[in-house]
Amino acid sequence: MSIVTVQLGQCGNQIGHEVFNAICSDVHGTHGLCSKKENESYHDACQERFFCEEESEVPVARAVLVDMEPKVISQTLSMAARSGYWKYDDRSHFCQKQGSGNNWANGYSVHGPRHKEVIMNLVQKEAEKCDRLGGFFTIMSMAGGTGSGLGAYVTQCLRDAFPTSFILNHVIWPYGTGEIIVQNYNSVLTLSHLYQSSDALLVHENDVIHKICAQLMNIKQISFRDVNQVIAHQLGSVFQPTYTAEGGLHYSRNPLGDLMETLVPHPEFKMLGLRNIPQMPENSLAYSTFSWPGLIKHLRQMLIANAKMEEGIDWQVRPPRLGSSIPSSHSTNKPLQFNTSIANLVILRGKDMHSIDLGSFRDPSLYTSWLNPQDAFNAWKTPRAFNKYEKSASLVSNSQFLLKPLDNVVGKAWNMFASKAYIHQYTKFGIEEEDFLDSFTALEQVICSYTIL
Amino acid sequence: LSLSLPFAVGQCGNQVGCRFWDLALREHAAVNKKGIYDEALSSFFRNVDTRSGGDGPDIYKGKICSLKARALLIDMEEGVVNEILQGPLRDVFDSKQLITDVSGSGNNWAVGHKLYGYQYRENIVEKLRKAAEHCDCLQCFFIIHSMGGGTGSGLGTFVLNLLEDEFPEVYRFVTSVYPSGEDDVITSPYNTVLAMKELNEHADCVLPIENESLFDIVNKIHQMINSGKLGSTVKQNSLVTSSAGSAKTVQEKPFDAMNNIVANLLLNLTSSARFEGSLNMDLNEISMNLVPFPRLHYLVSSLTPLYTLADVNVPSRRLDQMFSDAFSREHQLIQADPKHSLYLACALLVRGNVQVSDLRRNIERLKPSLHFVSWNQEGWKTGLCSVPPVGHSHSLLSLANNTCVKPTFIELKDRFMKLYKKKAHLHHYLHIDGMEQSCFSEAISSLSDLIEEYSELDATKGGPRTDPSRLKIAV
Repeated sequence: MSIVTVQLGQCGNQIGHEVFNAICSDVHGTHGLCSKKENESYHDACQERFFCEEESEVPVARAVLVDMEPKVISQTLSMAARSGYWKYDDRSHFCQKQGSGNNWANGYSVHGPRHKEVIMNLVQKEAEKCDRLGGFFTIMSMAGGTGSGLGAYVTQCLRDAFPTSFILNHVIWPYGTGEIIVQNYNSVLTLSHLYQSSDALLVHENDVIHKICAQLMNIKQISFRDVNQVIAHQLGSVFQPTYTAEGGLHYSRNPLGDLMETLVPHPEFKMLGLRNIPQMPENSLAYSTFSWPGLIKHLRQMLIANAKMEEGIDWQVRPPRLGSSIPSSHSTNKPLQFNTSIANLVILRGKDMHSIDLGSFRDPSLYTSWLNPQDAFNAWKTPRAFNKYEKSASLVSNSQFLLKPLDNVVGKAWNMFASKAYIHQYTKFGIEEEDFLDSFTALEQVICSYTIL
Repeated sequence: LSLSLPFAVGQCGNQVGCRFWDLALREHAAVNKKGIYDEALSSFFRNVDTRSGGDGPDIYKGKICSLKARALLIDMEEGVVNEILQGPLRDVFDSKQLITDVSGSGNNWAVGHKLYGYQYRENIVEKLRKAAEHCDCLQCFFIIHSMGGGTGSGLGTFVLNLLEDEFPEVYRFVTSVYPSGEDDVITSPYNTVLAMKELNEHADCVLPIENESLFDIVNKIHQMINSGKLGSTVKQNSLVTSSAGSAKTVQEKPFDAMNNIVANLLLNLTSSARFEGSLNMDLNEISMNLVPFPRLHYLVSSLTPLYTLADVNVPSRRLDQMFSDAFSREHQLIQADPKHSLYLACALLVRGNVQVSDLRRNIERLKPSLHFVSWNQEGWKTGLCSVPPVGHSHSLLSLANNTCVKPTFIELKDRFMKLYKKKAHLHHYLHIDGMEQSCFSEAISSLSDLIEEYSELDATKGGPRTDPSRLKIAV
């Protein structure tokens, strides 16, 4: 089954481009470290999932590019074509001239309805090119005006037009110390609306990725390109082909569906975090060796201690003892820093899989009580190494990972809302104070739900 | 092609405008080596086929034939505009973009606004519509004018009103040169306050500029160059005050250096809309992020660096210095000290080889010494444009919505009241059709209200921070 990617706004288009780059370079790399047959299966599965073989010499990404100003799309299209390994369909993009002015209301209430038909036509065309449509993957930032506002509107349209397809929104959380002054308003409006139409939100925080670039990748002058490449690597590690069943003979055909099934048992809980190890500069790879027990141990501790990367993990955090006194409304017996999970998915890529023991992830004390531990945890694997890492492990987690960031964003937005600052900019385009209140209410509900896990 | 349409009104406006077009051409020539008419150029220039003589059709792609500025030049005297039309930029404008008269406005806002406004309304609307027709998508209007005189101030604000009536959805940015205390036009306080009311009510964003600040910067640069303190020579074309490398070869006039600063301000302001970058910042984003309440739309600007040394190697210490300078009193384009006042919002537009980590490092470093209003503690809007200005490897434009504009407005009010209490020169205004005493009282009232709004915000500075309690959800 194929995934159609919708790239929205500057951020969405810049990241989307890096994602296809990462996937392509992984597939063409000679570091698969597996049998030729395995490599070919992997290649074919990846092709079907992300690319279309048209009459052109290079594979064409299954993507729709949308932006309200022309510069980024034009750059993205030409950079892709220059790579020589893949390209975008020249007709599969839509842009306007004047941008959304970082105004969510402009993106959602003005651009959305105005351009709905054209955009959905492009999406329909891409969907029809797929033999079997596996769902939609949208990439957007929540801080700006287009990705966030128009993105929320488009997601709604996708849901209306494709009621049975899976929709996964990849959402970029902006830097805490501002890229955009009204970013918290835009974020609150985006998240509350996406929650209604999306199946799940997969989140990347700029601050976190920035730290990874600085501390793990040793990059001195970090550019957005660097940040986007780390994000693309992490996404690739999730979406490249894997075997989802033990002893499976074929690469999974339905990655989005599988993801939703394993991670989103309840519609109130849609926030997914992503961790990937190891991460290091390319030229260090040759000198490093990894062991599965080591990687798994680190990944597990990153999960329970809510660590953003493999350095600076707090090893003191331990899961609570089961059978302790039953909490009233809040889980007071759990240590405060402990990250409770609803469901987890671990993805392992590389050789020597047979020795792996994932029992530590099946420990019931990691999870809330409402799912069976065997249902709460899943593992996908492939012996084919990813993107030059001999062994790599990823964790996609529906847990309290994003509770604190969400609470922060809502808090700051509320603080600003109380003074009514900037509200006139939104009411100008049809988003009223009531709409803000609805969004705040919806998110406070999500925060509450995740808090009492 | 998302476009801006500048209006230069009055003597000051046109002199600055002239420098702006000249430096814009210089900037695009430096970037556009192949002579192809590209999207960046199209934001300020049309490409016209003049081979058959006269004004041919617009050419949208391909080689540059003849560039025509998208602009309207308005002046009620002919001197400045005639000079432009005889100078090296004569081919950049055509007569359809000009509106001139002969006798001037006599430094009288009422003459500019009421008399000429009424007289030229239709003419202006017609030319405006024509100019807008050539634009695929109009994003914003720029008005460049001075506040102290008659034409720029009066007719300029008349045009502002007109723009709101005819194109209500297009943003209106105004670059206003405020008169200094020793201005030789006695009635400049009247003109300025009358114009301020219009700016309060009809502008989306105002960038106030004070001649004193421009003058100080020009002096500072002269001193730097002549003192021999600098180890190496300064790159001539990098001076924020310089016309080097532009079309202007005639000896520089006294105001040229100062006007170049303002021209550079406008170039930097629009750079991210014209050129690519990793984090674009359009003009409508500036308005959105920097104007938390409709009337508080006065933005203090600063440009750094003022020059570059001819040294090729620029240590990152210099880069950080550029950020520090942006907040120093000496670099602001009005007499103000933002560091000791209250920030409502701040925008940083960086050009050149600067990455997000440089930006963040400097924001973290400078933040503790700045005071932000309680509901906007992390109120930063940032943009990264890959193309630096001519002669620089990187540059920074900072725009601050900061209560430090208040002293400027208070002084203005004081100067106004000094004249008004004695009813000095009022008769020159009141005998113009449409002018009444109430125009004055409303104008000063509007200014007083504005000052009051800033004062209320100032009062919150340094006070205890109590965050409003969050919504409670039933579990």
